[in-house]
Amino acid sequence: MKILVCVKQVPDTNEVKIDPVKGTLIRDGVPSILNPDDANALEAALQLKDKDSSVQVAVLTMGPPQANYMLRECLAMGADEAYLLSDRAFGGADTCATSTTIAAGIKKVPGVDVIFAGRQAIDGDTAQVGPQVAQRLGVPVVTYVQDIQMGDGKVTVQRQMEDGYEVIEVKTPCLLTCVKELNDPRYMSVGAIVDAYKKDITMWNHVDVALDPADCGLNASPTQVFRSFTPPQKGKGEMLSGTVSEMAGALVGKLVEKHLV
Amino acid sequence: MAEAFFTEQHELIRKLARDFAEKELTKEVLDQVEETEEFPEEILTKMAKAGFFGIKIPKELGGQGADARSYVLVMEEIARVSGVASIYVSSPNSLSGGPLLLAGNDEQKEKYLRPVVTGQKKLAFALTEPGAGSDAGSVATVAKKEGDHYVLNGRKCFITMAPLSDYAVVFAKTDVTKGNRGLSAFVVDMHAPGVSCGKPENKMGVIGCATSDIILDNAIVPECDRLGEEGDGFKIAMQTLNTGRLGVSAQSIGVAQGCLDEAVKYAKERKQFGRPIGSFQAISFMIAEMATKLEAAKQLVYKAAYLMDTKQDATLNASMAKYYASEVCNEIAQKAVQIHGGYGFIKDYKIERMFRDCRVFTIYEGTSQVQQMVIGGKLLKK
Repeated sequence: MKILVCVKQVPDTNEVKIDPVKGTLIRDGVPSILNPDDANALEAALQLKDKDSSVQVAVLTMGPPQANYMLRECLAMGADEAYLLSDRAFGGADTCATSTTIAAGIKKVPGVDVIFAGRQAIDGDTAQVGPQVAQRLGVPVVTYVQDIQMGDGKVTVQRQMEDGYEVIEVKTPCLLTCVKELNDPRYMSVGAIVDAYKKDITMWNHVDVALDPADCGLNASPTQVFRSFTPPQKGKGEMLSGTVSEMAGALVGKLVEKHLV
Repeated sequence: MAEAFFTEQHELIRKLARDFAEKELTKEVLDQVEETEEFPEEILTKMAKAGFFGIKIPKELGGQGADARSYVLVMEEIARVSGVASIYVSSPNSLSGGPLLLAGNDEQKEKYLRPVVTGQKKLAFALTEPGAGSDAGSVATVAKKEGDHYVLNGRKCFITMAPLSDYAVVFAKTDVTKGNRGLSAFVVDMHAPGVSCGKPENKMGVIGCATSDIILDNAIVPECDRLGEEGDGFKIAMQTLNTGRLGVSAQSIGVAQGCLDEAVKYAKERKQFGRPIGSFQAISFMIAEMATKLEAAKQLVYKAAYLMDTKQDATLNASMAKYYASEVCNEIAQKAVQIHGGYGFIKDYKIERMFRDCRVFTIYEGTSQVQQMVIGGKLLKK
């Protein structure tokens, strides 16, 4: 069985600062990392490989050549193959165009049985690309997956809800988007890093994945960002203390004070 | 990191070590180590899994097949957070694994080195004695050959990890008339009859890695556990130490970086006279000096590792790196405490621990003065 994991290189948002004038992200000097939810998706695939040595794990990303570094990291965690979709024509893509390119890439990887992806990337936070890829490939999708049990020609998963979870059985091939509660991603090892640099990373452009430049990148992106801004910070909350009736009294007082009641 | 001596592969190894140190070696864990004087086994197991115990050891011997620069990077990143944790990394890679890698035969490597680099067993390096410190040739422990085994008698002191170890590489005289050339190396089973440890020393720093005497009282060591030939001991010890000092130099730049990070952070946060203390020239110049000396030390350490990886003679550079980096680390730690003022004297701040931890760096694995002897000797050799 081959599991393909969709991964993305993202700026470490813990380190990103916002330009106070333009309201955009200052990405200069910010380290790039493997998107955290994607690390959970990869870990899920690697755990299945730990249990069954016949499982093969491939990772695929779209990005500039620097994304190779993240793919090496995935290989050093234990992935067997890595694919990079990189082309000027793919640049400036919104989620719609991104999913077209990624779906075309996945079609070209031989023998994929199941696709895992992270729930969403920490830079865009859309959570759209996974489901859109599934749509383009014509396979079922389950989002917010927090547990995976592989079966014969099917997968049983837990889908995370706000107040519980759903148990869903889905036929393969399918696409699952994973949440961080699924697992704790493993470390690389020094020796695996050494091996990762001996492996080849397959790089494909739009010709390799049979896409017309008109169908990728900025050309095929209906979403245009016309302004980004940082919402003003809310003030600190206030904790009330005392007995229930004291707190209720204080709360009503505050509401009256603010002319809300 | 645009460092001249590193590749992208090294960068990824640094990332692994940094992520590991920041995630696993938390303040809670390190405070607990100081309190209990014990290092958690579960973290050692995770370190073994990440390959930290066999970085330079070839894959066919259970190691990771990386190089000296990778070893330096892992040591630096671990030591940046915890000096004592980095001793657990250096020991199998360097001082205790070294003699086996240099002089062990295939069976000895398989029996002793593999379990050590995979984290299943611990091995100590036992050279120092009450009367033989910097003067390693004056070892008084004797190994008397009797049939197919040796009988060892003597006392080793200040042996790092001795009470925790399964085996120790012990240096003893097989011929007391021959001086340095009478020294031989043996792998001694720490649980064998006649082998015992003294009380763990009450140390100033690097607490959490017990150090003690090893007492050999008619300890029987089979001939097959001798490393190399009789009389090879001094050569094995010196070769091990020559490359081993790279580890201490890497520890030094790691702890120094940790101290500098803390000093910068504190100088920005702490306000006196209505402004952050970092905005005073007195403090900012101290930080400038610390950072400059640290950078110089790093380049010495990285170059020594690079020379080793490219199979060039690194004896001089390794001594320079160990000498300079360990001295500068102490200077940086001392200044970092000074910048912290009274808080630097209080155990709640990690700078207090780092200040104590690095004091031994100018002492163990060849004092600064021994490094000066090596450097001076090389330059003045006729």
